[in-house]
Amino acid sequence: MDTFRDKLVPVTSILAGVVVLWYVFAVVLNAPFQRDLDRRAGETSTFSELIGKTLSQPKPTLPAPHQVAVNFFENTFLRPITSNRSLVYNAWVTLSSTLLGFAFGTALGIIIAVGIVHVATLDRSLMPWIIASQTIPILAVAPMIIVVLGAIGISGLIPKAMISTYLSFFPVTVGMVKGLRSPEIMHLDLMHTYNASRAQTFWRLRVPASVPFLFTSMKVAVAASLVGAIVGELPTGAVAGIGAKLLAGAYYSQSIDIWSALVAGSVVAALLVMVVGIAGRLVDRAMGGRPA
Amino acid sequence: MTGNSPAVVAASKLGLTFQTNDGPVQALSNVDLTIGKGEFVSFIGPSGCGKTTLLRVIADLEKPTSGTISVNGMTAEQAREKRAYGYVFQAAALFPWRTIERNVGLPLEIMGLSRAEQGERIKRTLDLVNLSGFEKKYPWQLSGGMQQRASIARALAFDADLLLMDEPFGALDEIVRDHLNEQLLELWGRTNKTICFVTHSIPEAVYLSTRIVVMSPRPGRVSDIIESTLPRERPLDIRETPEFLAIAARVRDGLRAGHSYDD
Repeated sequence: MDTFRDKLVPVTSILAGVVVLWYVFAVVLNAPFQRDLDRRAGETSTFSELIGKTLSQPKPTLPAPHQVAVNFFENTFLRPITSNRSLVYNAWVTLSSTLLGFAFGTALGIIIAVGIVHVATLDRSLMPWIIASQTIPILAVAPMIIVVLGAIGISGLIPKAMISTYLSFFPVTVGMVKGLRSPEIMHLDLMHTYNASRAQTFWRLRVPASVPFLFTSMKVAVAASLVGAIVGELPTGAVAGIGAKLLAGAYYSQSIDIWSALVAGSVVAALLVMVVGIAGRLVDRAMGGRPA
Repeated sequence: MTGNSPAVVAASKLGLTFQTNDGPVQALSNVDLTIGKGEFVSFIGPSGCGKTTLLRVIADLEKPTSGTISVNGMTAEQAREKRAYGYVFQAAALFPWRTIERNVGLPLEIMGLSRAEQGERIKRTLDLVNLSGFEKKYPWQLSGGMQQRASIARALAFDADLLLMDEPFGALDEIVRDHLNEQLLELWGRTNKTICFVTHSIPEAVYLSTRIVVMSPRPGRVSDIIESTLPRERPLDIRETPEFLAIAARVRDGLRAGHSYDD
């Protein structure tokens, strides 16, 4: 009940507002082309007829929400999932490279963080490069990664996953550096009084203390991974995947397809973030976390 | 081995100067102190008098910049490496992701004791601080006083003869504090450990100690050492006796003498 009032109502109100605005813009943006069509056909439409037509164009400038919804529904539920027009199929293609890249990125991020926390030289030398790596526009880097890897015979899933890795290791590194350094002085002193080795302090204090930071940064990283996988599909001329659908939609002016692919991408992103969040909560509970 | 038991803690001309951004700060200056086996010594003084710093030097958490310190006849570092003491902090400092029994077992794990030995010692020390039955609880499920008792159990678990306590009951309310003071005295009587206890409460220091070290700030130094004439058996109401009040008055005088009230 409280979740209903605290979360569902405000979120739904915003959604309703967005939908209304969306319809208004759909009418305004599609109207010039519709008038043009009418004039050439020698028809005159009443205002309400005009509105109806602007909301049902086959290739509208801005498709109406219900057009996107119908397209999304058809391509998600009514097609066999082996069809390359199925959104489930395309989402799965993107998801697989997202997950692979996310796994690589998380592992890489943790390894770099451990190095930074334990080796002072790495802290000074590596951190500026890591930050610089994220200022390079991924759209510029992605084609080069694909081309270079293609030249040495690596193609398919791996190059796309590497772009996801490139985007997702960063938040994990930053979060884990913070997490591994989060133990209080008192806890570190305590380990010192036991004459604990660095390894013992690492496994018994730093690692457990960093777990909440890991999950927070993994939520950011998994969303970044998905963006990476979609961006990775654009320059590869990929035949399947959400990125490929976006690109194909743009080539053939299938604006409704573009929008429903966008919706599919958002749904996948939301699901991924949710799964990481639930995993985080389960781990927290297993580690004696206080129920909220 | 002579008839005299060797000193557990011996400090001579001990000094410690911290280098800060505002220049050097003399936290300890010229501290001479010998603590024998089985003593209960309190360090009392206003904040900035170096009482906690002195405790941390004994624990090898800080290095002195002049003078010498020995613990159990070794350097403080060697003593720490041999796990010669258990340290109790101002806060319980339990690991929130470990149950009470696994918190108490932490030092035992680090020392590499067998599972059976760990279990046996955890049980024994939790009995000692009256926390039996709370083995599987997480720290947040316990009250502040119980958490601090668990942290005392953790310091006792590996059977060090020396217990260093840094204002362990400072954050607790007075009723809980009285209760824990009583239990601590009882524990001390039963185990014959040497206890160094930092506090800023005069009644607490007088009630607990065989010796009270009064310290004063700027620079941190020992301004008086008062031997308690109270018997080892101390019911709580001993605090109303004239003898108790006389010692408390001496401590208060010592604190006043060492502290300039000009500022």
